[in-house]
Amino acid sequence: MDIQPYLLLSAITFVIGVVGVLARRNAIIVFMSIELMLNSVNLSLVAFSAFLGDVTGQMLVFFVMTVAAAEAAVGLAIIIALFRNKQTVNIDDINILKW
Amino acid sequence: MVDQALRSLAQFLPETALAVCFCLAILVGIIFRRRPQIVPVVALVGITVAVWFAIQQTGSSESVFSGMIVVDPFAAFFKIVIGTTAILILLFSIYSSEVQSTIKRLVEYSSLLVAMTLGMFLMAGSANLLMMVLSIELTGLSSYVLAGYTKEAPDSSEASLKYIIYGALSTGLMLYGISILFGLTGGALEFSDINKALAGGSVSPLALLVASLLIIAGLGYKISAVPFHFWTPDVYEGAPVTITAFLSVASKAAGFAMLIRFFKVSFIDSNVVGLPAGFWASLQDFEWNKIVAILSVLTMTLGNLVAVWQNNLKRLLAYSSIAHAGYMLMGVVVLSDKGIAAVLIYFVVYLLMNLGAFYIVMLIEAKTGSEDIDSYKGLGYRSPFISVAMVIFFISLAGIPPTAGFIGKLFLFAALLDAKWIWLAIVGAINSVISLYYYVRVVRNMFLRDPEGAKTPIAFSLPQFAILVILVIPTLVFGLYYSPIVELANASLSMFGLP
Repeated sequence: MDIQPYLLLSAITFVIGVVGVLARRNAIIVFMSIELMLNSVNLSLVAFSAFLGDVTGQMLVFFVMTVAAAEAAVGLAIIIALFRNKQTVNIDDINILKW
Repeated sequence: MVDQALRSLAQFLPETALAVCFCLAILVGIIFRRRPQIVPVVALVGITVAVWFAIQQTGSSESVFSGMIVVDPFAAFFKIVIGTTAILILLFSIYSSEVQSTIKRLVEYSSLLVAMTLGMFLMAGSANLLMMVLSIELTGLSSYVLAGYTKEAPDSSEASLKYIIYGALSTGLMLYGISILFGLTGGALEFSDINKALAGGSVSPLALLVASLLIIAGLGYKISAVPFHFWTPDVYEGAPVTITAFLSVASKAAGFAMLIRFFKVSFIDSNVVGLPAGFWASLQDFEWNKIVAILSVLTMTLGNLVAVWQNNLKRLLAYSSIAHAGYMLMGVVVLSDKGIAAVLIYFVVYLLMNLGAFYIVMLIEAKTGSEDIDSYKGLGYRSPFISVAMVIFFISLAGIPPTAGFIGKLFLFAALLDAKWIWLAIVGAINSVISLYYYVRVVRNMFLRDPEGAKTPIAFSLPQFAILVILVIPTLVFGLYYSPIVELANASLSMFGLP
């Protein structure tokens, strides 16, 4: 099995996710980008798992998915709490605290 | 299988106690809906029991739950530090205006604090990449919520959002690093298996470097090392003071425990001969300690330089805690038992002085409603005892004798000089001098400036003083009589699976 295309795709998705977190200004899109990062991790874990013939990697994927779901749940709750205070989800407008 | 699980459970008592306490806290909160004040007591009892179990573990050295977690003196030491911090934080909360003003939510506050402590206990003992991620997440998710506990205050929920974005980003980076490491080592997750795979096979050094840099990003975020520190000042300023104090001590301790264990166990080369006693070598000339040295210099320099400009005392202490993480990283760089012992000694000292400083900030904030350094003007006349205690904590944080802070720094620098890291020791010494400036600035405001506005004395109750005395006395005593902490640190060095 050729593993390189899978790893390449995973790396590209990961970079898109990181750039999304750093560059986008809408908190919801930032969270979507984080999901993208975690899913690229899943892809590379599954690829390695198939390549090595070792199911541990696939087991890890389930945990990563759980972690992603928990993070999204808490994250969205926090966004709602913030929206009630400031009526915005734009990160540039959320800047009482700085250097 | 069942047999092994049962035997593991017997070694898992501190964590079991915390998990039971977490469930009990919620249950008690539901049953005694009208008296939420009972719940912190349940949490306090649970954490005390967990610490007591952790103290029982100091002698044992075992791997439990098929290598997921290890029980060894090193983990026990950090569990005791974290548990003690949690107990003190619960005591602080009794007098925290932020916590007491939302008494209905005391149930969430206490139970999440227990969950966070549980996560940190697991962090201290995890010996498997999967366990590492899960325990970081457990700690993280509880602390994101607690940082935004006073959700009516805009800066608190903002702190919470910033915390979770940076937290999720660094977890993502770390997980990607883990997936690369998983592939590189042919499916190894346990630290000792990673070590075997790296020692046996020829692993591409570049890929190994990328994977470990990504994992350092995740761990560096937990200990707020520069350049992964961006969340620290905002979260520390926005979160309730009690949570800030907890994050600055316990979260850092857990992060350091994990960092030291991961790098030492995964990358140790146990076949090198001819090293001086107490030193160890890194695998395949993979010099991760050089990376940590760079992080350490960046962390303490940026932390100290930015702290000089701060006017909010909580934010100043946030930058000062970044700088302290930098000092402690120096002890990891040297790859010697002396260095690790110095980090452990520093943590005991740091617990006392940092919690003390945050406690006073909390007390003053409850009375004057301000955390600005200007509002401390003339405090020496309005409340002499509190001010003198603050001076003791600050000169200890700056590392001046005869306080415990001096002993912590002394052992760190001794370990550095022992391993011939002269330049790093010089950078550390210069940084200590810079830090003196901003600590003294607060002291000057307290004693050499006239009070602005109200000049009446500020009174505090007897139990409030009692908690303060619990922190002040060891800070002074350990400055002169330090052999107990040194012995404790030296006894806590051994990790499971290492000679």
